[in-house]
Amino acid sequence: MRVMVIVKATKDSEAGIKPTKQLMADMGAFNQELIKAGIMLAGDGLRPSSQGKRMRFSGAQRTVTDGPFAETRELVSGYWIWQVRSMDEAVEWLRRCPNPMPTDSEIEIRPMAEAADFA
Amino acid sequence: MTRELQRTLDAVWRIESAKIIGAVARITRDVGVAEELAQDALVAALEHWPGEGIPANPAAWLMTTARNKALDRIRQAALHRQRQQELGADADARGEQVTPDFVEHLPEKGDIDDDLLRLMFTACHPVLPREAQVALTLKLLAGLTTAEIARAFLLGEPTIAQRIVRAKRTLSGANVRFEMPRGEELQARLGVVLEVIYLIFNEGYTATAGDDWVRPALCEEAQRLVRMLAQLAPQQREVYGLLALLELQASRLGARTDAQGRPILLLQQDRARWDWLLIGRALASLDRARALPGNAGPYELQAAIAACHGRARAPEQTDWREIVRAYDALIEALPSPVVALNRAVALSMAEGPEAALPLVEALAWEGALAAYHLLPAVRGDLLVKLGRLAEARAQFEQAAALAQNQRERELLLERARATLS
Repeated sequence: MRVMVIVKATKDSEAGIKPTKQLMADMGAFNQELIKAGIMLAGDGLRPSSQGKRMRFSGAQRTVTDGPFAETRELVSGYWIWQVRSMDEAVEWLRRCPNPMPTDSEIEIRPMAEAADFA
Repeated sequence: MTRELQRTLDAVWRIESAKIIGAVARITRDVGVAEELAQDALVAALEHWPGEGIPANPAAWLMTTARNKALDRIRQAALHRQRQQELGADADARGEQVTPDFVEHLPEKGDIDDDLLRLMFTACHPVLPREAQVALTLKLLAGLTTAEIARAFLLGEPTIAQRIVRAKRTLSGANVRFEMPRGEELQARLGVVLEVIYLIFNEGYTATAGDDWVRPALCEEAQRLVRMLAQLAPQQREVYGLLALLELQASRLGARTDAQGRPILLLQQDRARWDWLLIGRALASLDRARALPGNAGPYELQAAIAACHGRARAPEQTDWREIVRAYDALIEALPSPVVALNRAVALSMAEGPEAALPLVEALAWEGALAAYHLLPAVRGDLLVKLGRLAEARAQFEQAAALAQNQRERELLLERARATLS
């Protein structure tokens, strides 16, 4: 199965504050473990929502809004796609992840939909 | 024991077991013993964790416990020998055997990558029959349970358990040390590891029976194993070739059957359903392989063919001439009439049916594919394109008679009938 591992934004990430050298090194080491284990398929960090756009769909109408967006905790600042055997395995991998932010932070794991889900 | 604790332990085991078994095997030199000791550490966790709570670093806890068990065993064996020697009973063994002094000098932590690679080579050791290599690889490297392996291969659990026990015994009996093959032997042994991984993938890819878990899971395990291997042996060109091949084949898993489970041929597949993430990864692996020294091996050459399809967003964008060139290289590396037949099909797409028909007819004359239904099927197809319908019909009927699969037979008979209208 595949999961998307979603790193939630914080005030710092939204402000574009760069991670420390130490954090970069720790995150690099964690990524290397994921690659060695053969579970890492993709992953990226995202720029702050100030550089993002949103489109609202309502009937035939499309309305574009420029960032930044409020509700920081609901925003995404990065993601991975992992191939794991179970959600439990994903949780165990995530436990080993360094805190991606200098403050308290949150990461969410969501199983990706598979063809069978649409059958 | 709570359910949550059991699940955590299962997940940690799945992630760590290969590393633990590898580290312990470095001490014991016997993979069978190493696996037992690693299992003992798991049992110890089941005893300690419910009362003491899950340790902050469960992986390190398991590793330390297993290593300590291994060191205890070595020390006991050494003490036992020392006592024997003091009694003068086993003086000859001195010097050859592990002594307590040696134990004290064991590295606190060996190189984990090296351990994992040795473990792969040992699980795929040539003294073992292929089915044992497959079972051991899934058990020791992928961390599958015996029950999971049995389920994947549609066999009873006792059969797989037996197979694994016998394999470990064979390794011990043949005195297979936990070592890294060197020089020329390395290439041959690596070839076996790649074959085993490819077999695991194909077992999943071609599975027609069993529940839905089976097929994707074995394909995923194989991809994971070859990704691990690519990290462990980054200079080995053919490892990246196999990685590219497996990811390209896996990228079409979701598109190759319709809602009723009937197969859809490559050119008819909905490419929006291909897994473009895997295709992108595979193309990068192929580039990586091509940048490494040495000649392209059969896996890389097959990946190169699959990549031509993977690069085409629509069937008509397929670079058939490039595919023909890739088949030329594959035939040189791995001559086989089936590959020659596939090359002829590619040639018919690149240059037209009249270019390919003589090649297919020559293959038919050679007779090597006399029982292969796709030979007359391809021949029939080319004849239809050339408007020679009566001849085509005879070919389709012959193909139908040779087809093993009911669905294919019906399809071929349908094509035979279509030549009449």
